[in-house]
Parts: sequence; C-alpha cells; structure tokens
Amino acid sequence: MALKIVKGSIDRMFDKNLQDLVRGIRNHKEDEAKYISTCIDEIKQELKQDNIAVKANAVCKLTYLQMLGYDVSWAAFNIVEVMSSSKFTYKRIGYLAASQCFHENTDVIMLTTNQIRKDLSSPNQYDTGVALTGLSCFVTPDLARDLANDIMTLMSHTKPYIRKKAVLIMYKVFLKYPESLRPAFPRLKEKLEDPDPGVQSAAVNVICELARRNPKNYLSLAPLFFKLMTSSTNNWVLIKIIKLFGALTPLEPRLGKKLIEPLTNLIHSTSAMSLLYECVNTVIAVLISLSSGMPNHSASIQLCVQKLRILIEDSDQNLKYLGLLAMSKILKTHPKSVQSHKDLILQCLDDKDESIRLRALDLLYGMVSKKNLMEIVKKLMIHVDKAEGTTYRDELLTKIIDICSQSNYQYITNFEWYISILVELTRLEGTRHGHLIASQMLDVAIRVKAIRVFAVAQMATLLDNAHLLTGNMQRNGICEVLYAAAWICGEFSEHLENPVQTLEAMLRPKVATLPGHIQAVYVQNAAKLFATILKNQEGNTDSTAAQETSQMMIDRLPLFVQSANLEVQERASCILQLVKYIQKLQQKDVEVAEEVSALFAGELNPVAPKAQKKVPVPEGLDLDAWINEPPSESESEDEQPKAIFTKEEPKHSRPRHTEVDEKELARRREARKQEQANNPFYIKASPSSQKVYQEAPGVEHIPVVQIDLSVPLKVPGLPMSDQYVKLEEERRQKERAEKKKKEKKKRKEKRSGRGKKHDSGPESEEDITPAHVVDIVTEEMPENALPSDDDDKDPNDPHKALDIDLDNLLETTARRPLADSEKLPVRSHRAAGAPKSPAEDGEAENATPQEPKKKSSKEKRDKKKDKERDRKRSKEEKKKKKHKREEKEEDLLGGQAEEAAVQSEETKEVEAQPSSTSAEVSDLDFWLSNAPVPSNTQEAATVAAAEADPAPEAPAGTAADSEPEEPKDTETEESKSSKHKKKKQKKEKEEKEKKKKKKHHHHHHHSDGGGEESVQNGTVEEEEPLPPMSNYCLLAENSYIKMVCDIQGNLQDGSQVVVSVIFENKSDSFLKSMEFNVLDSLNSKLQRPEGSGPHDGLTVPFQLPPGVSNEARFVFTVQSIVMPQKLKGTLTFIVKNEDSSTHEKLDFKLHFTCTSYLITTPCYSDAFAKLLESGDLKSSSVRLEGVNMPFHHLLARICFHHHFSVVERINSCASMYSRSIQGHHVCLLVKTSAQTVSIDAKCDEPTLLGNVLDEIKQTFSQC
Amino acid sequence: MIKAILIFNNHGKPRLSKFYEHYNEDTEQQIIRETFHLVSKRDENVCNFLEGGMLIGGSDYKLIYRHYATLYFVFCVDSSESELGILDLIQVFVETLDKCFENVCELDLIFHVDKVHNILAEMVMGGMVLETNMNEIITQVDAQNKMEKSETFIFQSTRQDR
Repeated sequence: MALKIVKGSIDRMFDKNLQDLVRGIRNHKEDEAKYISTCIDEIKQELKQDNIAVKANAVCKLTYLQMLGYDVSWAAFNIVEVMSSSKFTYKRIGYLAASQCFHENTDVIMLTTNQIRKDLSSPNQYDTGVALTGLSCFVTPDLARDLANDIMTLMSHTKPYIRKKAVLIMYKVFLKYPESLRPAFPRLKEKLEDPDPGVQSAAVNVICELARRNPKNYLSLAPLFFKLMTSSTNNWVLIKIIKLFGALTPLEPRLGKKLIEPLTNLIHSTSAMSLLYECVNTVIAVLISLSSGMPNHSASIQLCVQKLRILIEDSDQNLKYLGLLAMSKILKTHPKSVQSHKDLILQCLDDKDESIRLRALDLLYGMVSKKNLMEIVKKLMIHVDKAEGTTYRDELLTKIIDICSQSNYQYITNFEWYISILVELTRLEGTRHGHLIASQMLDVAIRVKAIRVFAVAQMATLLDNAHLLTGNMQRNGICEVLYAAAWICGEFSEHLENPVQTLEAMLRPKVATLPGHIQAVYVQNAAKLFATILKNQEGNTDSTAAQETSQMMIDRLPLFVQSANLEVQERASCILQLVKYIQKLQQKDVEVAEEVSALFAGELNPVAPKAQKKVPVPEGLDLDAWINEPPSESESEDEQPKAIFTKEEPKHSRPRHTEVDEKELARRREARKQEQANNPFYIKASPSSQKVYQEAPGVEHIPVVQIDLSVPLKVPGLPMSDQYVKLEEERRQKERAEKKKKEKKKRKEKRSGRGKKHDSGPESEEDITPAHVVDIVTEEMPENALPSDDDDKDPNDPHKALDIDLDNLLETTARRPLADSEKLPVRSHRAAGAPKSPAEDGEAENATPQEPKKKSSKEKRDKKKDKERDRKRSKEEKKKKKHKREEKEEDLLGGQAEEAAVQSEETKEVEAQPSSTSAEVSDLDFWLSNAPVPSNTQEAATVAAAEADPAPEAPAGTAADSEPEEPKDTETEESKSSKHKKKKQKKEKEEKEKKKKKKHHHHHHHSDGGGEESVQNGTVEEEEPLPPMSNYCLLAENSYIKMVCDIQGNLQDGSQVVVSVIFENKSDSFLKSMEFNVLDSLNSKLQRPEGSGPHDGLTVPFQLPPGVSNEARFVFTVQSIVMPQKLKGTLTFIVKNEDSSTHEKLDFKLHFTCTSYLITTPCYSDAFAKLLESGDLKSSSVRLEGVNMPFHHLLARICFHHHFSVVERINSCASMYSRSIQGHHVCLLVKTSAQTVSIDAKCDEPTLLGNVLDEIKQTFSQC
Repeated sequence: MIKAILIFNNHGKPRLSKFYEHYNEDTEQQIIRETFHLVSKRDENVCNFLEGGMLIGGSDYKLIYRHYATLYFVFCVDSSESELGILDLIQVFVETLDKCFENVCELDLIFHVDKVHNILAEMVMGGMVLETNMNEIITQVDAQNKMEKSETFIFQSTRQDR
C-alpha cells in the first residue's frame, strides 16, 4: 500500500511535464504565484530523485520558470548533473538551462570544464553542437582559457556544422581570454576561405566584430575581404564585409578609392535593399574619409543621395527611416547635396511615425539657410503645438533652438523674431528645457545690443504674466525663463517703458513661491530697477513719486528677508537697508539717484568661454619654472620655516628676478612669514603666482583678471584677444541697426511678430545683412586642447583587451612570432592540438637561444612601424598603442618563465606559422596601389617609402613595407621551399641588426626586392646584408621646407611619368596653400586639371603643420623617353605663424633620368635568350673601375636604382633585364673581376641605352 | 551583435526570452516590460526600428521588431548588425517556426518554449548570427529531434514496462 502511494506520487510528479506546468499556470490565473511556489516545491522534490529523466524534466520546467522571472540559480548543481547526462535529450535540456541562468559568478561553472571538454570531443556532432551553443552563453575567462585549445581544434573539424559553431564561439573566447587571439588568428583567417558558406559567414562575422572595435589591426585583411566581396553571393556575408569596410576606410583612404567602384556597381546591380543600403552607407563613409582630392566624388555623392531619396520616398516606413538616417551622415560633409531634397525632408516631418519625424528633425539642422529659417521654424512651431508626448515636444524645442543658434546665429536675420519665438516657447506646458530657453534669451539680449529694447519689452511682459508660467508648480521647468526675464529687465532697465510697473511685478508676493535662485535674481534686479527709477524720477520736480517707489521697496522686501533661501535672504536684507537709508536721504531732499545708480554702473560684457586660456603668456615668463625652490617633501615646514627661507634666498637672486628691489623682497618675506605663522595648516610654500606677475618687471600689462564664465556676472576686464572681437561687433551692430530701421518700416511688424508669416522672400541671400557677429573667439584651439577620443572609450570595454596587433603574426618572416607564452594552454598529457608547420627542427633549435635578442630588435621595429602609422593617425591613438606595446612586452617577458615547463616541445612551432597567405598581408600597400602586378612593383615601393617616416626619429622603418616589391608569385613559390625561407629569414634577421645601427640615413629604402631575386634565381650561398638604399633624392630645400622626390614611369600609359614628392615642413610654422608648378618643356608637361591654363600651378592637397611631412604625386606627360630631361619648377607656399603669414617660394629642378622611364619587369631566361638572339637589339658596353662592393650589392643597386631585374646569375656574372614604359627592352650582362665591372648592354633604342649606361656609371661613381 | 531576443504577446506576456548578456531575473523582467511598453504603443504601419535608449546597452543599440498576429518578435542589436538584415532574420525565424510547428500559433510557443529555444540556437549563437538558410536550420533541427525521439522511445518503453 505504502509502496503504491510512493509509486503513485512519483508517477504524478513525473507526469507533470513542462506542458502540464504551463497548463497549470494558465488555469491558476488568480493565484499564479501560489501555484508556482507549490510547483517549485515539487521540482525540488524531483531534483532529489536519482532518476536522471525526472531531474531533466524538473530542470526543463525550471527553465520555463526562469523566463517568468523566477530565480532558479539554486538548482545550478542539478543543471550541471543534467548537462552531464549521456543522453542527448537531457544534455540539451541541461545546456539550455545553463545558457539561460549561468553567468560568470555561478560557482558550479568550474565543475563543468571537463564535462564540456568531453562533449566537445564527442563523436556525436550534436553533442558537440549543443555544448558549443551552451558555452557561447556562459563562457567565463577560466572556461575560455581551459577550452580555447579544444575549440581551436574544432575549427578544423570535418563537419561544417561544428566548424561554423566553433568559429563563431571563438569571438566569445577572445573576449574572455584575449591572449587566445594571436594564436588562433591564423586559423580564423584560414576559415574566411572555407569551402562551406556557413563557416565562411561565421568567420566573416567574427572578424567583423573584432575589427569593428580595433579596425587598424585588421587593415591587412582588406585584400582578402575585397576578394570575398567581389566573389561572394551571400548577402549576409556581403553586408558584414561592406560594413567592415566602412569601419576600415577612415584609416586608409586608398582603400576607399579602391572600394568606390565595386560598391557603386553593387548599388546599381543589387536588388536586395539591405545590401543596397549598406553599400550606400559605406560609400558615404568612404567619401567622408577621402579629402576633397578626387574630383569625381560628386558623382558618387549624387548616386548615394539619389538612392537614398528613393528609399525615403518608399512607402515602406523602414526604408524611409534608414534613408533619413544615412542622409544625416552625408549631411555632415556634403550639406549641399542634401539641401536639394529639403522638400522631401520637410514632408517627413509630417509623418505619423515618431521615429521618422525625429530623423527628419536631425536633418533639418543642416537644411536651414537665412532664407528659409523662419519658414522652417514656423513649421516646427506648428508641430510643437500639435505634438502629444512631451518627449517629442522637448525634442522639437531643442531642435528649434539648435537650428536657430547654430554657428553663432548665422542664419538669423531678425532677432526680434527670434525673441518672439523664444517667448512663445515659454508657453509650452511641462517642458524640461526652461533653462535652455532662458540661456538663449540671456545670450541674445547680451550679445545683440540692438535687440535689447525689444527684448526688455518682451521680458517685462513675461514678468507681468509670470503667473501664467508658474501656474503649475509641479512642472516648473519653464519658470527658469523668469530668471532670464528678471535679469534682462534689471540689467537693461534703461530701456523699460514702464519701469515702475515692472518693479511692482518683480516684488509680487507670488514671487516667493519661485525657486530660490530665481528669487535671488529678482531681488538683485529689483534693486537695479529701483536705481533706474530713482534716476528718472529725480529729474522730475515731483519728489513724491520717488519716495513712493522707495516705500514700495521697503514694504515688499521684508517678504524676501524672511526667505529660507540664504542667497535671497542676504541680498534682500542688504538691499532693504540700502533702500531705508536712501529713503532717509530722500526725506532730507538729498539727491541720491546718481550714487545709487553708480552701484550698478558699467556694462557687463560677454566673455568667450575660452578667453582665459587665450591670455598670452608674456615673453620670458616660464609658468612651469619654480618661482621658489620647491620645499623637499620630507621635512615638515611647520617645524622649520626659517630654514626654508634661508634656503630660498639664493633663488630669489636668479637673473630673472634681480630687478626686484631688496626692500620689496624683504617686505614680502615678512608678510609671508606672518601668514605662515598665522596659519596652522600651512603645508607648502607656494607663493601666489599672481603677486609675482604683478611685481616682476615688464609684465605689468598682463591683465590679471578673474573671469567668471557664467554670463551675467561682472567682469572687471577683458582679455586682449576679445577686445578686437568686441570692436568688430560694435561696428556691425551699427550697420545692423540702420538696416533694421529700414526693415521695420517695410514690414510694420507687430510686436508679437510670430503670428504673421514673415516674408523673407524678396530678399536674396546676398541682400540679407551679415549675421550678427556675436562675441565668439574665433582663434584656433591650442593644439594640446584637441579633444581626445580616449575619453569616450569605456575603460571597461572588453574589446580594449582585444586591441592586438595581428599583422606581424602573418608575415613570413614573423617579426613577432607567437611567443611560447602565447600558446593556448593545453592539458599536459595531451599532444599539441595545432598542426605543425613544416618547420625544420634545426632551425627552431638555432633560433631559440637567440630569441630574447631577436625579440628586442623586433619590438623596436614594431615600434618604428607604429610611428609611421601614427603620423597618419591622431595622437591619442599613439598613446593607446604605446600602451598596447607595453602590455605586449609584459606578456613576452612575463610569459617566458612559465612557458618552458609546460610545453618545451612546442618551442619548435614558434617560428613556423602557416605562411602561404603571408604575401598578401605584407602586400597591403602593394594591393592598394591600384595597378597591375609587374608595373607596379616600384610604385608600391614608393608608397612604402613615403610611409616610412622621413623624419629622423624612425629612419629605419621601411623594411616592413618594402616587401611589396616582390612579385607575388615568386614569393609564394619561395615559401614553398623551406630551405630558401630559412635563408631568407636568416638574412633578414641580419639586416634588421644592421639597420638598427644605421639610423642616420633619411629616406633610405631597402631593396629587398632586388636582393631577393638574386637569391632566388642565382645560386649564391652566403649573402652579406645590403646597405640601405633610397630612391628618393633631394629636390630642393630651404629653411621652411624640404622636398625629396622619386620619379617612376607608368606602364599603363607609355607617356606618363609619376613624380612622388615628399614635402617636409622644417620650420615651426604652419605651411599652407602650397602650389607646385613646373615650366613645361616641349617634351614634358605637367598634367593639370581640365580648365586650367598651361602655366597654372597645382595645389598640393594638404597643409603641413610644423615638423610634419606628407607626400603628393604629380603626373607628367612625356613624349620621347630616350633622353633625360630637366624641368624647372617652383613651389610657392604661405608660412603662417601665430600672428603673421608670409608668402615664400622655393625653386627646384626636376631631373627625369632615363632610368625613371624604366620599369622593373621580370623576364625568364629562355625569353631573355630569345630576345638576345632576335638580333633587333643594338649593343653597347661600359666598364666601371674601382667598384669595391660585393657582387650581389652591385646587382641590388642596379636593380633598385635602375629598375632592372636579375634574369640569371652564375658566380660573378649576371644577366639583367628591364623594359621602358614605351616597351623598349634593355638587357645587361654584368661581369665582375677584381674591382672592375664590365657591363655589356643591348637595347632596341641606342640613345636610351647610352643614357641608361651613363646613369649606371654615375651611380657607381658616387659610391 | 544581438544583445537579446524577446518574444511576447500583445499583453506583454513573455513567450521566449534569450539574453546574450547576463542580467538578473528582475532586470530581465523589467527589460521585457519596458520593451513591451515601447513596442506596443506603436502603430501598425510605422517603421520597425526603435532607438532602444536606456534599456539595454545605450545609444548604440536598436530595437528591431516585427509584429505577427498576437506576437511581437523583438531583437535588440547593436550597430554592427544591418537593420534590414535583422528584419529578414526575424522573418526567417518565424517561417522556420512555421515549418517546424506546422502553422505556428501562440499556443505552440507557450507549450514548447524549449523547442523554440532549440530552433533559435541553430540560427543565433551567443549573439551572433549562425545560419540564415532556412533549409539548413530545419535539417539540423529535425536531425536533433530525430535523435531525441529515438532516445525517448527507449525511455517510454521502459516506462511502460514499469
């Protein structure tokens, strides 16, 4: 019987599965909570059972209850139990529950590590899949660390289903365990080209997420993504890639140029709106990132705007919304093109959808002009009246004020109108933005003098009707405007029509209900008003009026004296006593008005927010220098003040202060002693710097003023920079006032002007008076005041940790290979999971002992490379990067100790990362330079060289970028042969060492290309490192600027030569408006944009801040290339100092050598032989004496400086080949014996050949 | 990244909640409530995007939703997701549910929330889109259900033996 009951109850419990639970809950709508609590009790019972099925059922129900908001973390251990069931059904239930309620602080999670590992390696793919899915939700740093290696193995699983999940989860692993990023990255990259589209999509997804946060580290993947973009048909993948490009382009404008065309094609071809929209978005990003350098942008912008218009016009609200969103991005950089669609955007303001209206509002900001401002605002005011929710209404209000006040009220032609608008806005009920309106009122009234009469009248009305505003104290945000009204009426009381009435309004008992700070302003300004009234009334014969006013003050002020607000109370009692005294004097018939108004005499001028900063530091004043010797921290000054003074004495006699007379010094010393003696808290001797300012000779003129930045406060003086602005303002003010009178006549505007439509039609834009110039300091901000993005970044952002440089990882030469410490942790009994690359053990063993040394050199190089990049980016990034470097170094150093014990055998892997794709990475520059492979090798090199810092701090940094010189195919070929690779690595290592020593060179450029090829084709065993070389030669130089240039032929167009000029600013001034001009010859002409005359200069598309250099390219057209050419040219530029700017020019001579018409072209030995046999070539020869350099150096020089490639090399004899841009073949046979080099040459153009040989000869005579 | 996926009915009753970031139960409920509040007051023919505001994540996040009969499907995503792409994804999700449940209705979701979770797991993993191809999703879901069935069959037969 008992058994039966037990059994029955088990059955019952068991019967209640998830469906029963749900049904039960639905049937107990009244006492749901109670029902659920009984259910939870049952579940607790079930969980105590041994039967795993019962437990799983219970956990399943708990998952449901969790969704309803019940905390089920108490069952965490049971969930782990269910997860570890061998049955898939239960396992899935367990993992689902875990994914719903586990988190980093769930302590049982650490029990799951082994279970998860087991599931990950389960033969059943769905066990693995379920584990991966679950893990993706609750992965912790510990789990990530322990399982990273297992997951990485799964990335190469045979089943795509597992691969894609493993790839995707890696992102979560990276977030929790950033150290795993570097080791896992190569494989992740590999997955971008996985045959399965799902895996590919997952990899794209992960890299996009990574790159979004730290885009610069992923720039090198751009070529790969570009390939995917042009080949993939999966819209989802395409969207991701295109979005990624949007994030990358700001970092690399060349990428943008390359993208525009395929994106435009996609825009034209795709039918998927989502894809089209993202393309448009990225094109916009590209256009933003490109400076105005490219003229054909307008077409792209037009295309975007046009497509967006189609979206906005679509009946689908979603498209409309997105169209507006994208439009607002264009607005920032190309407002003109958006403005033409004003009609459409205004239309959207009427949309019933609030999201769309808000987006349209954003756009309006950029739409306004002097012409249409009133019209647009009028429309918005109608919306304000109609608006229902306060949020939208507040949004409208802020937008109206934003639009009107933008760029210093640029678009406001009639301030009376604006004041009316502001007054009208105060009628809004329940807005939060009373303060905003108030500050606008104050700003306009103070800064636009001509408007004061009108403003004061309006404000007086406002004060009179204050009860309307304060009617609802609950939402008294709007009463802030009374603050402004009271202040304006008081300060500019001379303009009041009926001051007594206003005074009366300000002293009404109701005022006492206002917030304290407003009452205080009321009281203070009542006093100002009182002064004005007295002044007016004393002129009259009747003195009773004045006395009445005093009496009114005396009657009303006590109310404020009793105020609980201290400020109000203090001001009121002060003023009350003053008035009482005045009354006494009045009764004695003494004239007081003059003296009373003297209390408030003087104009309050607006001070620009940054005025104080602008006060120039007088010459010879070093603010950072100690005025007195800093007291040593260790001693307490309280104990030995005397000693400090005796110590300071010599300091006072420093040259700068000698003029201060001894008496003064003594007096000051005395005073200070006194002060110190009186002050028990005296800690450090820090004499007031102000004193020194004033007393030091020659600096008396410094205005030492206390500038309070809030507007309505008295300012005892103005910084000098501001005074000019003020003068200017006054001048314009007059102008404006006159104009205004005319306008007024014309319009006969009502005082409440807004009711009428303001007809601004007849006025053309030019007619409109220039905007009132309001006091704003227009000087540029000091450089160090640039806003830094750093502030925006959340320090807790997990992605910060993922800011890891990945490029190096992928180089063949592995400048910073994975350190052992970076290996993913592997359980000790396990064999290493990662597949080994075909590295030779010997090499690894050789490499290991040298490791630390090598690393340090690598680090240095990395840093140098950083510097190059940094020039292109902001200073802030530099900081960040440095930081990053430091971190890296840390883990390098820190990791080395612990590494050895765990995985000594893995050391071998270190160097050998998969290298098949490496060429692409290092070839980013190459890829970006937009031309077919062979022709462009040299051009790529120049790009690289241009990027290398021409400034002395990083002279040796070019090697990294010089790799693009190698043609791709040879490189891959090479990497196949590990023997060669080894050699190359060794050589490069040596080069690095060498380079470190040679820092004194400027633009030297390493000829890896030439050197490499000689290794490849020849049989030379041991090569000495090559000295650094650069193709950039000095063009001209003066004290301001230095120009170096490199001249390259353009293979695509046989008549074009590209001259890359690096301009370096050597001065402390800003160089701008640079114009590059060349006197054309018959044969060679500078290509100028269409429409410009043959003698016009070309504007250099950038400006140069001090110490900065940048590169510009100029294209020349040449007709005949057989003769060298010299062209005379001039660079004109403006040197801008803080206070002056001068026009300067620099003459130069451009030397087009015949070499510059040659283009490195690889040639195979059989083709070469055929060419020689053909007999079409004329021959010539030259002998070089006393050439004292290794043969391979000699070859490298010829390759590098004269654009040849080695065809074959046998011992001390080599054949070389090059081609001119017009297709002339040039063949060389170079032989060397002792110090004599003989060059036999053949070419189908003898003049060209002769010149080339001469140039070669010259090259070697120079060294 | 997708931050959260919520399904609730016209009265705000949650039918599925999947948060890809941890919140405690109370916050989750609050988010569901507020999201419902935001979404439910919108007209039928307005756009499907809502700036999420303070709810989750802040200004970078958007709510993208679709309303089907009695149910709201809401995805909370950040700016790395394409808005229109997510709308399509919701469509795929619903169509997949429709295939798996054969004319899906709210009741299916009420009683089989675990199955909905399993389907979702094949589409979105850890906040990232895993698969957008409906056939592939259904294949995987079916295969797993088949496995489960074979296991339950054994299990049920043992139960009947008792």
